[in-house]
Amino acid sequence: MQPDVLTGGFADPAPQSARAFRAALQAMAMPGTIHEVSGASAPAPLSAAAAVLLLTLCDRETLLHLAPGHDVQGVRDWVAFHIGAPIVPAGEAMFALGTWEALASHDAYAIGTPEYPDRAATLIVEVASLDGKGARLTGPGIRDEAFLPVPDVAAFRANARRFPLGWDAMLTCGPRLAAIPRSTTVEDITCMSQ
Amino acid sequence: MSVQTAMDEAQVDQAQADRASTDQAGTGRHDPAYNFAYLDEQTKRMIRRALLKALAIPGYQVPFASREMPMPYGWGTGGVQVTAACLEPDDVLKVIDQGADDTTNAVSIRKFFQRTAGVAVTEATGEASLIQTRHRIPETPLTEGQILVYQVPIPEPLRFLEPRETETRKMHALEEYGLMHVKLYEDIAHNGAISTAYAYPVKVEGRYVMDPSPIPKFDNPRLESPAIQLFGAGREQRIYALPPYCRVESLDFEDHPFEASKADHDCDLCGCGDSYLDEVIVDDEGGRMFVCSDTDFCATRRALGHAGRLSGEALA
Amino acid sequence: MYVAVKGGERAIDAAHEWLAHERRGDRAVPELSVAQIREQMSLAVNRVMAEGSLYDPDLAALAIKQARGDLIEAVFLLRAYRTTLPRIGTSRPVDTGTMRCDRRVSATFKDAPGGQVLGPTFDYTHRLLDFKLAAEGEVPQPPSGTPDTTPKPHITGFLGRDDLIQDEPASDEVPPDLTREPLEFPAGRALRLQALTRGDEGFVLGMAYSTQRGYGRNHAFVGELRIGTVEVEMEIPELGFDICIGEVVLTECETVNQFKGSKVEPPQFTRGYGLVFGQTERKAISMALVDRALRAEELGEENTGAPAQDEEFVLAHSDNIQATGFLEHIKLPHYVDFQSEMELVRRMRREAAAQGDVVAGQKEAAE
Repeated sequence: MQPDVLTGGFADPAPQSARAFRAALQAMAMPGTIHEVSGASAPAPLSAAAAVLLLTLCDRETLLHLAPGHDVQGVRDWVAFHIGAPIVPAGEAMFALGTWEALASHDAYAIGTPEYPDRAATLIVEVASLDGKGARLTGPGIRDEAFLPVPDVAAFRANARRFPLGWDAMLTCGPRLAAIPRSTTVEDITCMSQ
Repeated sequence: MSVQTAMDEAQVDQAQADRASTDQAGTGRHDPAYNFAYLDEQTKRMIRRALLKALAIPGYQVPFASREMPMPYGWGTGGVQVTAACLEPDDVLKVIDQGADDTTNAVSIRKFFQRTAGVAVTEATGEASLIQTRHRIPETPLTEGQILVYQVPIPEPLRFLEPRETETRKMHALEEYGLMHVKLYEDIAHNGAISTAYAYPVKVEGRYVMDPSPIPKFDNPRLESPAIQLFGAGREQRIYALPPYCRVESLDFEDHPFEASKADHDCDLCGCGDSYLDEVIVDDEGGRMFVCSDTDFCATRRALGHAGRLSGEALA
Repeated sequence: MYVAVKGGERAIDAAHEWLAHERRGDRAVPELSVAQIREQMSLAVNRVMAEGSLYDPDLAALAIKQARGDLIEAVFLLRAYRTTLPRIGTSRPVDTGTMRCDRRVSATFKDAPGGQVLGPTFDYTHRLLDFKLAAEGEVPQPPSGTPDTTPKPHITGFLGRDDLIQDEPASDEVPPDLTREPLEFPAGRALRLQALTRGDEGFVLGMAYSTQRGYGRNHAFVGELRIGTVEVEMEIPELGFDICIGEVVLTECETVNQFKGSKVEPPQFTRGYGLVFGQTERKAISMALVDRALRAEELGEENTGAPAQDEEFVLAHSDNIQATGFLEHIKLPHYVDFQSEMELVRRMRREAAAQGDVVAGQKEAAE
């Protein structure tokens, strides 16, 4: 085992996960807002924010999918030691982690059922940047409009169209995170200016 | 809008500071016999996952594995679990029941979190980062970043029309809310008005019909809020949520529009004309007075010099 | 004059002190010890363990003492404590076939291998108040003998050998856990049995009784009722084998119920099943009857609409901690909601009166 497998978890789990969760809660409640978290570090290529989210939300009871690129031995060992989440194929996952490109088989993820729309996956999407305007977001949690770089506007639009079904996404970059739930309408700004 | 907005902000701050004798700073220490905020971390994660899904699907009731809490079902175990899962050490907590900070169950829940989480507590709505409530939305407008946690007895708005969970679940899935409209319309036919005065059903973002918990319908317009609103039903094992600025419409008919009504009086203590009022029987002859149900709102106004019909007597 | 009701905290503290005082009762009378409750109120202890879903006679006895003998309150104390316990592991399923029985009776056979063992039962006591107990008379030592620890075969096994009773195939499937997952309908038998075994004894008894009186009747015979001690085993992965981690007393009831059959299947008896912590035979028999009633649908019987056949009805209302909480919460302040209803009634009365005036006016005008 690499030495960093045993480190990088929360030193004081109760308050640290409480703070991290509040960031995630605010992010999910107000799509497009960016929040900084801290307290965890995991083997590459996992971002600090993604590591914090896994520690805060996942455990032995959550099925986790690691997309190619994140499915490396160091990450697997770290997850096994700190979280214990079973690693599963995309279709069974409650949480899926990777870059958008690697998560690209996004139609495979659980989107819930009409009776239980909550039984849908949460994608933790590692992005290169959260800066800049990117796409325009509207919907619940957004007063007028918000802006955020979105890796694949078409996919997010298609996801929102099947509301109340659909997956929900948390975008992570370094220590920062934002969220785009299925309820958010995403529009390409360049299209809008036409 | 309320008088609050007309007040000088600094004045309000001063007034609240003056009367905030019951406010207590956080100790930063919690009862070492229990985890921070009582619940174990695994339980909190389970509730936190449910909360995030609830925010992603506004108005939809997410099932969650409610735990047995050290207070009875019906006393706010759902709200307490949601609060426990949300609290962080630097939170400032306010707990109200019937709009009042000093009702016994509000006192009891506030003490529970002071003991198990060591957080600061306040009665001032504006000072609180997290407010747990039973049956009211505070009069003072909430702001972005605040969290309002509701205690919910029966989360299913269709339950009294259809007792079976398997059936109501289908109705939500199919967006089949005809039964609810029929019920409201029958009310009008029988009584000339919709006879629901509290727990008045709403439709969220044009999709899910939701029970706003037993708040008086006077409070319904304030369900559209900059704050995050979370609803916990412990016995019924459901969590649901309203993100900020979420569209929340009280169900009504074109010829019978929704009306947020209250007692046709001013507050006898602070003189406020647009707050929700409690009616208090004051003597054997059936004499009555009307006072703000929101005790913090009323006290703040009185501290600022607002006076009602009986304020001289009452304050004496 | 009205002053906002302050001092909720003082009132609560005072109430708690008063409660403690009342619990202790007359201090001239010696205080009950937990051990006395555990040893001499053992059926109350058993009920609290069963409905509290926690097998610990000492804690159950403590809960009964703290609750002033209110058993539902004691169950609540135990449940709340249980929630805080970490879950270290899961035992192997207990094998009631290996039970060291204190009591074992069958109503379906006059005798069977293993014999009928009456055990410590009230069944044939004459319910006459025993004033010797009031005089604190000591009970004479019972005659001693060697306990019969040989396992007794299940009576339904004899019926199964001839295919006279429906087989219930064993499964290694992990049953759902009512205390860790939200209840979901349809529930399935494993979850139903779990809910029934921790359900309120009075509720389950009432439901069972209703089936006997025709609300979903299913003709139950007590095939076997056994009470005794079984070992609890846990698999220790590091050791690679099971070890015994303790013993529990259980009551098990298997009923033999009305047969069913069709053109393709020859008729067979069916089963109801009850298994409860401690010596709790009223509950175990009730549970078996209700279990059988709830199987109506899977056994292809007509749903008569009887409450005991209705899974949602039974499971949603069997838990006394949920029930008592929701029932009693209506004594908490509800004055905000009442106020809003009062306003509505007043307004509707005003409008009705105004309309009455109009109608009266029209009448007058017409006259």
